[in-house]
Amino acid sequence: MPYLDELFGNPSCLHDWGDAAREAMDTAREQVAQLIGAGADEIIFTGSGTESNNFAVKGMALAQQSKGKHIIVSAIEHFSVLHSAKTLEKWGFKLTEVPVDRYGMVDPDEVRKRIRKDTVLVSIMHANGEVGTIEPIEEIAGITREHNIPFHTDAIVTAGTIPVNVQELGVDALSLAGNQFYGPKGIGALYVRKGVRIMPLLDGGVQEGGRRAGTENVPAVVGLGKAAELAKNDMASRVKHLSHLRERLLAELPARIDHMVVTGHPENRLPGNASFCVEFIEGESMLMLLNSQGVAVTSGSACTSRALKASHVLIAMGLSHEIAQGSVLFTFGIDNAEEDVDYVLEVMPPIVERLRQMSPLYAKFTKTGKGGH
Amino acid sequence: MPIYSEKVMEHFMNPRNVGEIENPDGVGEVGNPVCGDIMTFYIKVNGNRLEDVKFKTFGCGAAIAVSSMVSEMAMGKTLDEAKKITPRLVAEELGGLPQNKFHCSNLGAQALSKAIDNYRKKQAKGGKK
Repeated sequence: MPYLDELFGNPSCLHDWGDAAREAMDTAREQVAQLIGAGADEIIFTGSGTESNNFAVKGMALAQQSKGKHIIVSAIEHFSVLHSAKTLEKWGFKLTEVPVDRYGMVDPDEVRKRIRKDTVLVSIMHANGEVGTIEPIEEIAGITREHNIPFHTDAIVTAGTIPVNVQELGVDALSLAGNQFYGPKGIGALYVRKGVRIMPLLDGGVQEGGRRAGTENVPAVVGLGKAAELAKNDMASRVKHLSHLRERLLAELPARIDHMVVTGHPENRLPGNASFCVEFIEGESMLMLLNSQGVAVTSGSACTSRALKASHVLIAMGLSHEIAQGSVLFTFGIDNAEEDVDYVLEVMPPIVERLRQMSPLYAKFTKTGKGGH
Repeated sequence: MPIYSEKVMEHFMNPRNVGEIENPDGVGEVGNPVCGDIMTFYIKVNGNRLEDVKFKTFGCGAAIAVSSMVSEMAMGKTLDEAKKITPRLVAEELGGLPQNKFHCSNLGAQALSKAIDNYRKKQAKGGKK
């Protein structure tokens, strides 16, 4: 970690130490740009994926408010997009949410139908991290381009994981984050196509081309660059490995557990994402029992969230609250192996059985046959 | 899972009195799937005492631990004593609950109380015992 030690210089300074830091940042910027097929001068470093999304949604809408005050986002966006959009609503913008189908897929025609004369921004995520569904970004970009409306995509769960190319996708802005592909936490980037207007959220110095003031987190930027380089080089083998493990779990787990459904799209999904809903039981208790067996999962159940609300993604896909409560998400990483799938297949069925034996909903179902889906 | 106390974890991992009672003297159900927790309590009454208490719970770790703790606290108590079990007492016995779980998951005492009411209503109608 030389950038925490002897190369501690501030990249804005003109002395040699500043130069070293600036050069390191230039390299990282080039590495990130190459990961997504962008130019280095189109990359703005931020403090997180959340910041990138806030910056894109608020900054692009505000930069164009003289043209109109209508924005479009999908119903399954991450809260960093959705809540930014709601903040814009408080500031006088009009917000339209595009629905998704039962697989969590956005229909490009549904976007087209919602475009108005005063629409100044469309933001649809590249893929949804909770259910893994990959959205038809190229088609949506084709529509926004016809109407000359800036299009942002939250690619935080795809950039560094699957091939992402801003030219092929046709987007005007794209968010990414380092922790999603083995980079450091607390570092993100926003791609903004040359010529696209964005209003800075942080005022101060002229760092990042005057678009994001504040002394840069040089060690994290360097780490993000390196992670981007590694992700690009290893992407094909990572995708193959993760997809294989995912396919096994998606097929074999529901074969061993009754009333367990796969959520998200069957084909167009993230390589490492195996998401399910298990009926008659609740996600947090599953998570805790899996944790006690050394398996780390997440859940979109109300009880798991600090806000105690079921995942807005699962609800937008038309799942009932009862089913959404049984949500469980397995995500694979590059260090996972076949044995890990075998292990989950072994420990998961008894956990489900144990919780079902405790569940009044399951008792009702076994007695009356009612409540199953 | 540091969000829960050791006592909550212990009850969650080894819940007491899970199940149903055949021909129970009283049943009480609370909760709904939107808030996330559903608890059903079954009681068997002998004289004026709770001879047996069982439960089934759909919900988070806290909900399961709460149900287990309530069943343990109520067992053998008189109906009036059992009626005095409050969510606060249950949380104290469990070594505390996370603030956001206090209201939604801490419904065990209410479910038990409903089961006792159910028993008393049946009694008033001239049921058995």
